[in-house]
Amino acid sequence: MEINQGTEVRKKGALQGILEQGRFAVTAEAGPPRGARPEVMAHKASILKGFVDACNVTDNQTSVVRMCSLAASSILLDHGIEPVMQMVCRDRNRIAAQSDALGAYSLGINNLLCLSGDHQSFGDHPMAKGVFDIDSIQLLAMIDRMQTEGRFSGGDEVQGRPALFLGAAANPFADPFRIRVPRLAKKAAAGARFIQTQCVFDVPRFEEWMQGVRERGLHEKLFILAGITPIKSLKMARYMASKVPGMSVPQELLDRLKGVEKKKRKTEGIKIAVETIQKMMEIPGVSGVHIMAIEWEEAVPKIVEGAGLVPRPSGRA
Amino acid sequence: MIVAEQKPIQAILATLQGADSVLLAGCRGCVTVCGAGGEKEVRVLASLLKSARNEQGRPIRVDTAVVERQCEPEFVDELPYSRDDHDAVLSMACGAGVQLVAERLQDAIVLPALDTTFIGVSEGKGTWVERCKACGDCKLHLTAGICPVTRCSKGLLNGPCGGSSNGACEVDPSIPCAWQLIVDRLERLGMLDRYEEIIMPADWSEYGKPSSMDRGDIK
Repeated sequence: MEINQGTEVRKKGALQGILEQGRFAVTAEAGPPRGARPEVMAHKASILKGFVDACNVTDNQTSVVRMCSLAASSILLDHGIEPVMQMVCRDRNRIAAQSDALGAYSLGINNLLCLSGDHQSFGDHPMAKGVFDIDSIQLLAMIDRMQTEGRFSGGDEVQGRPALFLGAAANPFADPFRIRVPRLAKKAAAGARFIQTQCVFDVPRFEEWMQGVRERGLHEKLFILAGITPIKSLKMARYMASKVPGMSVPQELLDRLKGVEKKKRKTEGIKIAVETIQKMMEIPGVSGVHIMAIEWEEAVPKIVEGAGLVPRPSGRA
Repeated sequence: MIVAEQKPIQAILATLQGADSVLLAGCRGCVTVCGAGGEKEVRVLASLLKSARNEQGRPIRVDTAVVERQCEPEFVDELPYSRDDHDAVLSMACGAGVQLVAERLQDAIVLPALDTTFIGVSEGKGTWVERCKACGDCKLHLTAGICPVTRCSKGLLNGPCGGSSNGACEVDPSIPCAWQLIVDRLERLGMLDRYEEIIMPADWSEYGKPSSMDRGDIK
């Protein structure tokens, strides 16, 4: 076995390869099932295969219990999809987080997205105690230190360093807006290599944020993947516009959907997503898109094709 | 100070079911200031208990006493408890006071009359808000004097999360976003550049187990 600084030499993942080659990356998202049903992940993999470079596996998103992201990521991998395992701080302390990172890399998972996590009050167990021992930035810094210095958070030596491609989230639409670029800088300093943003509906505000990102040179330190969510219905659009904090849905978009026949709104939603991707491709410093088709994986191939982003490159040098 | 509130009267009556006489013990410390367990509240609760039990056809004798602080043995020892006279002690102190009473009165059944809610400050008459989690690792010098451990719903030391909207927390719009407050204050102090310093993980080693403090210098 060839050992390099305590790390078994292993090829980079496709996502990292594609981004480092300067090609426009496409990721999507697959939520694990609410039961012990591995076939659900296999099915989602079969829909997405060939259309994405990697697929995020959410970690009990919205604080609802689902199959763990580690197992679900491993299943995706078995079905030929490179996973981006999401890890939230809500359900694990620093001991569990480091342990899961070691486990993930050992199972062949290459990408880890570090998140604070939705508050437990939003989910199906509002009576649970949130852990939040560390936050997303501390999680990034902790895993990064394991990889670069070979030290655990507590100071002991990591005997066999992982080499995970570390990612983080950014929300250009949340308040206070003036620290959204500095916050991104903090994530870069903490060890993030790529960023997936909150869904972009409000393109002008995203562009304003990207301008701040470029002024700080952060687009040279981080690969930024713009979040894209196809809208399924007017109801969904209205809900996101009014009920989801930190989400900006412009009135023009609501009006556009309203002006379309009800049964054609799904198609319109896909069309809007394609147009948004085309706009993202024009923005300097945007390295790819992250398509979050919530429980609507079937939309992903249509969107990726519509945006002219197939076939996907291999990512291997 | 420590803020507490009285348990619902029905809950208190339920804990007193087997008792025919009780010593109701107030405290002149924090719970007097927050109007939960001082002289006045002792008087009111005593009469409520007596009339409720009279209505039930099972009268109760309620003796009352208020000590300086139920968190200090010398004051707790002043409580006029007698095993012959009292089936139980009903303490109107915070949880710490209730426990010291139980510790000092080894043969007494000691019951809480209050729910201890938080360490906080007054925000005008009759309003208190939480300000400290007693985490044992104060970081207020890094966060413009506003505690994210207490005031951010996720306790994020490097916030805000993506749910901060119009100054409010996504968990409950009536909760101000702690990180909005911190950023505003850093800016007012001309220290917004401080925001980019990564605050390291908290040291919870004094938090996750029963703490104690032994100060030789004041013995």
